[in-house]
Amino acid sequence: MSIQVKFFASLREKIGKAEVELATASNAGDAWAQATDNAPRPDNVLVAINLDYAKFDSVVKDGDEVAFFPPVTGG
Amino acid sequence: MASRVSEQHIDPWQLIAEHQAAHRQNGQFGAAASFIGTMRDFSERQNLSKMTLEHYPAMTGQYLEKLEQEAREQWPLQDCLIVHRVGDIYPGDAIVIIACWSAHRRAALDACNWLIEELKYRAPFWKQEFNPEGAHWVEENTNGHSSN
Repeated sequence: MSIQVKFFASLREKIGKAEVELATASNAGDAWAQATDNAPRPDNVLVAINLDYAKFDSVVKDGDEVAFFPPVTGG
Repeated sequence: MASRVSEQHIDPWQLIAEHQAAHRQNGQFGAAASFIGTMRDFSERQNLSKMTLEHYPAMTGQYLEKLEQEAREQWPLQDCLIVHRVGDIYPGDAIVIIACWSAHRRAALDACNWLIEELKYRAPFWKQEFNPEGAHWVEENTNGHSSN
């Protein structure tokens, strides 16, 4: 098992990758740090764990999917 | 439940008419309210030629269903239709359709208004606009609950 990290839209272009696989991560903030090699985190970045909005201190478990993305602009 | 994402061009009036004909019985509903979002050729930038709508596929499907469910819990809706485009979109193309059917007008109107604002605020879609100067990601939506 592992943790899948995904980046979307402008954040994907900024970070330069769409997906990263991590062996472990304690929370979403830790997943960001590992997946981006400690890149600074823009204030407006949103995070979802297993398709639900979460916080950066939300716990991440083995098998989780963690997604980072900019403010949504649909509609 | 009738909420979905479309990778193909959509004709909003046809979709609403077909949905109503297939799912609603004449005489049983008193109000239908709809919102259709359409691409302009200007935003903060001019001369837009195209827009690409990206999404988080697994999450958008779940979110559109969740929004419809929440609307049905708040208002006595008889039916609801939500269709959102993804992929390449051109000026004049429909981006999103929301339609609500109810016995009385207030539920359909209020639910339709709430759904488009919640969708713009919560559903994971992102717009990238193209004009002669290049490609630009739209950074944030306006807050329609309190303005615009």
